[in-house]
Amino acid sequence: MTSSPLIAFRSVDLAFGDHLVLGKLSFEIGRGEIVCVVGPSGCGKTTALRVAAGLIVPTGGEVAFAGAPIKSPRRDVAIVFQDYSKALLPWRTAAGNVSLALEAMGTPRGRRRERIDALLKRVGLFAFADKYPSQMSGGMQQRLQIARCLAQEPAALMMDEPFGALDAMTRQSLQDEMLEIARATKATIFFVTHDLEEAIYLGDRVVGLMPHPGRIGIELSVDLPRPRDQVTTRESPAFLRLRHKLYDFIHASERGGRP
Amino acid sequence: MNPGRALALPAALVALAEIAARAHGPSDSIAPPSEVASAMLGALADGSLAGATLDTLVSAFGGLAIGAGLGLALGVTLGSLRPLDRLMEPTIELLRPIPSVAVIPIALVALGFGYRLELAIVAFACVWPILVLTRAAVRGVEPRLIEVARALRLTPLQRTVKIVAPAALPRIFVALRLAAGISLVVAVTVEIAVNPQGLGYGVMTAGQALRPDLMLAYVVWIGIVGFALNAGLVLAQRRLFGMAAKVEAAR
Repeated sequence: MTSSPLIAFRSVDLAFGDHLVLGKLSFEIGRGEIVCVVGPSGCGKTTALRVAAGLIVPTGGEVAFAGAPIKSPRRDVAIVFQDYSKALLPWRTAAGNVSLALEAMGTPRGRRRERIDALLKRVGLFAFADKYPSQMSGGMQQRLQIARCLAQEPAALMMDEPFGALDAMTRQSLQDEMLEIARATKATIFFVTHDLEEAIYLGDRVVGLMPHPGRIGIELSVDLPRPRDQVTTRESPAFLRLRHKLYDFIHASERGGRP
Repeated sequence: MNPGRALALPAALVALAEIAARAHGPSDSIAPPSEVASAMLGALADGSLAGATLDTLVSAFGGLAIGAGLGLALGVTLGSLRPLDRLMEPTIELLRPIPSVAVIPIALVALGFGYRLELAIVAFACVWPILVLTRAAVRGVEPRLIEVARALRLTPLQRTVKIVAPAALPRIFVALRLAAGISLVVAVTVEIAVNPQGLGYGVMTAGQALRPDLMLAYVVWIGIVGFALNAGLVLAQRRLFGMAAKVEAAR
């Protein structure tokens, strides 16, 4: 991690009416770091991601991106939504969906095709360039959404439970593909999940939030070697120790989190 | 199912009408289908039916174009801007329930007989369904797609052209089909009520001339025109939105 963080939550408050969703939330994400955020439902993890993505403006404090406060979405921060089928344009092909991001970026028409092909190749969808999202499986649709996000050439990826709706096998392949993309692009990743093992497997650091209001409950450094492996990493004693700690935290916060 | 079987009932009804009308003898109000058919062929041959059809369609389509243009512009605007929509709601909800037929006397005084009268009333009748359905279609665009537009920092124009319009278009086209049906009904109504031109006027004059065969020929012809209009629009809808419709159905 370099000295200055890429994303910094600085005592972020977020209230919907009287309801405080986030309370004095502070933490930092370094450049190129993968930070996974977990917590019981209602702890505000998705809300925290939406604030960092600029989709919601906090009622107090700020989220700084490379030192400047985020007030609205930026193109170098790409958002991968969980509901891929709703986040893709059903009337555009795979190539057309990637093209949307390039059109937004102002990429000249002549150079789009080449970029689209490269991005679809990267997520293994090159052969499906002319297929519509409705003709693709869930895993393929999520790969397509990731390709569209990569078209933004993002410095940071905001991933909101991106693999939560996928079956276990597909989820594991996408986890490994995501780690490969993170390695190759050096993108900073803010990853929200409810799957504790996924958080440990992917993250350099895992942040556990507690609800009412959402605040930091635990921060764990994941010192597992990379590249990680679905079998050996998950079997290693260090992995299991972290898993144990995280489970204890989640159970405690589910019991004691509510006033 | 065999499509021939579905035609059995109308064929039987026509045959029954033929027998009943012939048994009844000469009448001022009904005519046997065979005479209706020959009256229609006669009106087709002398060009009067074609001329009347053209008059009616010019008014119907012209009025539809004006009403749809206004309805679309208003619908997209009000669908995207909630505060403006709330501001306009009482005005729209007070104007919308006025039956288009009730506007005829006002339009007649203001515009006199002719195309302008009919265009104005058809446009008035068409603007409301298009406005209401377009507004709903724009509001019904998947909120996640609007977020994607925000995340990509699309300009309002890009958002409308690349996201909102294609997402709402299939439903807007349904509104257009509905309004096209209304336009024909209202055009013929205006012609029957006051305007001395088109198919509606043809029905009236044939009736007043005690020519039930010709009067019914006009009525049947109006039915054929309406059927063709809808069939054409359904075909266009399939061509234009085949993929989107499939996607809608799959959801």
